[in-house]
Amino acid sequence: MKDMNRRTALKLISSAPVAAGFAWTEAEAQQAGQKAQAARATRAAFKPKFFTAHEYATVRVLVDLIIPKDERSGSATEAGVPEFMDFMMVDQPPRQTAMRGGLGWIDRECLTRYDRPFITCTPAQQTELLDAIAWPKQGASELSHGINFFSSFRDLTASGFWTTKMGIDDLQYMGNVGVAEWNGCPEEVVKKLGLTPRA
Amino acid sequence: MQILQNRRVFDVCVIGSGAGGGMAAKVLTEAGASVVMLEAGPKWDPVADSYMFAWPYDTPRRGAAIPERHFGEFDAALGGWTLEGEPYTNAPGDTWDWFRSRMIGGRTNHWGRISLRFGPYDFQRRTLDGLGDDWPITYDDVKPYYDKIDRLIGIFGSMENLPNEPNGIFQPPPKPRCYELLIKEASEKLNIPVIPSRLSILTQPLNGRAACHYCGQCGRGCRTHSNFSSPSVLLPPAVATGRLTIITDAMAREVTVDSAGLADGVLYIDKKTSRDNRVRAKIVVLAASACESARILLNSKSSRFPQGLANSSGVVGKYLTDSTGLSVRGFIPKLMDGIPHNEDGTGGMHLFMPWWLDNSKLDFPRGYHIEIGGGRRMPNAGFGGGIHQFNGVEGSGRPMSFGGYGKQLKNDYRRLYGATVNFAGRGEMIPNKDSYLEIDPAVVDKWGIPVLRFHFKWSDYEINQAKHMQETFRAIIQQMGGIPMGEMPSRERGYGIEAGGRIIHELGVTRMGNDPSTSVVNKHCQAHDVKNVFVADGGPFVSQPDKNCTWTILALAMRTSEYIAEQRNAGAI
Repeated sequence: MKDMNRRTALKLISSAPVAAGFAWTEAEAQQAGQKAQAARATRAAFKPKFFTAHEYATVRVLVDLIIPKDERSGSATEAGVPEFMDFMMVDQPPRQTAMRGGLGWIDRECLTRYDRPFITCTPAQQTELLDAIAWPKQGASELSHGINFFSSFRDLTASGFWTTKMGIDDLQYMGNVGVAEWNGCPEEVVKKLGLTPRA
Repeated sequence: MQILQNRRVFDVCVIGSGAGGGMAAKVLTEAGASVVMLEAGPKWDPVADSYMFAWPYDTPRRGAAIPERHFGEFDAALGGWTLEGEPYTNAPGDTWDWFRSRMIGGRTNHWGRISLRFGPYDFQRRTLDGLGDDWPITYDDVKPYYDKIDRLIGIFGSMENLPNEPNGIFQPPPKPRCYELLIKEASEKLNIPVIPSRLSILTQPLNGRAACHYCGQCGRGCRTHSNFSSPSVLLPPAVATGRLTIITDAMAREVTVDSAGLADGVLYIDKKTSRDNRVRAKIVVLAASACESARILLNSKSSRFPQGLANSSGVVGKYLTDSTGLSVRGFIPKLMDGIPHNEDGTGGMHLFMPWWLDNSKLDFPRGYHIEIGGGRRMPNAGFGGGIHQFNGVEGSGRPMSFGGYGKQLKNDYRRLYGATVNFAGRGEMIPNKDSYLEIDPAVVDKWGIPVLRFHFKWSDYEINQAKHMQETFRAIIQQMGGIPMGEMPSRERGYGIEAGGRIIHELGVTRMGNDPSTSVVNKHCQAHDVKNVFVADGGPFVSQPDKNCTWTILALAMRTSEYIAEQRNAGAI
């Protein structure tokens, strides 16, 4: 892909997506979830239902730039965020146009700036683009469509990451269990917040 | 068209299975009546059908909403503001969003369990401030029923001896969560009293039901029956009498009358076959939700009742109200980097703020209470949304602002977890002449039943109240050292007041009164025009106090049902 010219690049990113206009039936949704899980377990390639291969590759790069692996937990792709996104696009069809168009916006901006689509940009180019659109208050007004897309893409990435077992463990959420006795706010938190201790 | 007739004549037909219908079925079957209950939705069982203890990653959707469940796929509300094949319309320029539940137990399955008695002032507002109307009954008339449902259903709270927030028969309230203590401290500095909430969730075992296990998931349906829902508390004893027949997927169309002008049955659609059926009954109790009951009455037209049943006054459909509502979220830097602990608690707030001010110093009548939320809740679809609106603000101690990506962003999500609080106002709307429902002359649903057309307007009373909510919530957030998220909406946007119907407290369209020319039902919720037709939902309410309506629907349904039982015994109906 290194010496991709503009024409090949355009062709690649504009390959027609498969129509995915209808939401899942309940049975299909369950099946889709199981398939995604199975693909992860066997490390087989997940075949997206909404995203084209190129879009999906872009999504995989983007989500890991947003939520990378660190000392405490894995990356967004390790948590299955791209599969979650593909599911949600089919599940909530009104999201589709903004997602497709937003990914298209990213590629076209990269073509203008770097003469290549996002996934073949250098890491430095990729972060340069994100730096321009990831802080809405500081972004240039002519980039407003990219900024708006990135904010909602970041939200969906977070939604997909923090609702996995990996994400929930990372957050140290300790509920969703039966509790015999409810003791209210622990003393150490009362102290930390500087609250008057309870009578 | 051939109509399937059930030959059996029941003593009572109850339309609806929620708070009102469930209570009517319980009281009437226990009093010896045979009851047939029509429910427009399917069977739903809080033990078998609940998603209690599900994790978001148990489904590929992570708990997000689906068309059949507007509050998320785990929520126990089958229904929503739109239902396939069941439209309603709004008059030009007006907005009413009508929430309809379609399931056994109706909205009692997912409601907030906020169980507030109306107070003595609430029944005689016209006498006190000249607005709206007085009820034909007083607090003293209803108090014995509030007492009975407290004992029957169970409620926690605290004795506060407030003038218009009556004490109940309370189980001990749960201790507050950390952010609730922080809210309490800040609010009290602003002279806003904060007291334990009053929720129908058991903190002690009651009548064979287990105490709460504090998973915070009441809205999904409780497998241990530790909170109030009609299927957990009211329907089992009714079924146990052997006198209750429940017909599900039965969409009531109209109440039929005999040659003497008395109700003699109900026509309904069997949704599974789309066929018309009819049940025969000597008494009909409407408890289909205020608006749906009004629709049934308006659609029950005959030569004898050309304006619809129980509507010689023309008042059916008038005085539609909802609670006022809006919410403000605040980012509280002090709550960042929280110490991990289980903050689930019961399925609702443990503290709240009842109305506390004197209206003579305000530019609106009546008041609102404040509901609070926040904490280290179970992550669900939508978690972390809108982080660019508040991470990196000054309070977080970092110069970088609003957004980002990478390791720093990832850490921001962790640091901000549990660091936002939410304030929601629920206030009183004064019934007005511009807010009513009627039958749309052109539109029918998929079974051919004429649908409702809504007219709805907030008046300046409610808009001024909304402004006061906004200012109050922002002041509390600032007192907490926090930052309100988002600007305060302008007056043109009603200061962010929700559209009518959004708070799901529809009341008042079959109002009660002593004068048959200005009301639909009498003080027993018995139709003035047809003595064997009763309304047991929120329709008969004369006013919409800021207190959530379910506890009063239950109390009035019990009172009405006991009256029906007495009248049957006396041979009067």
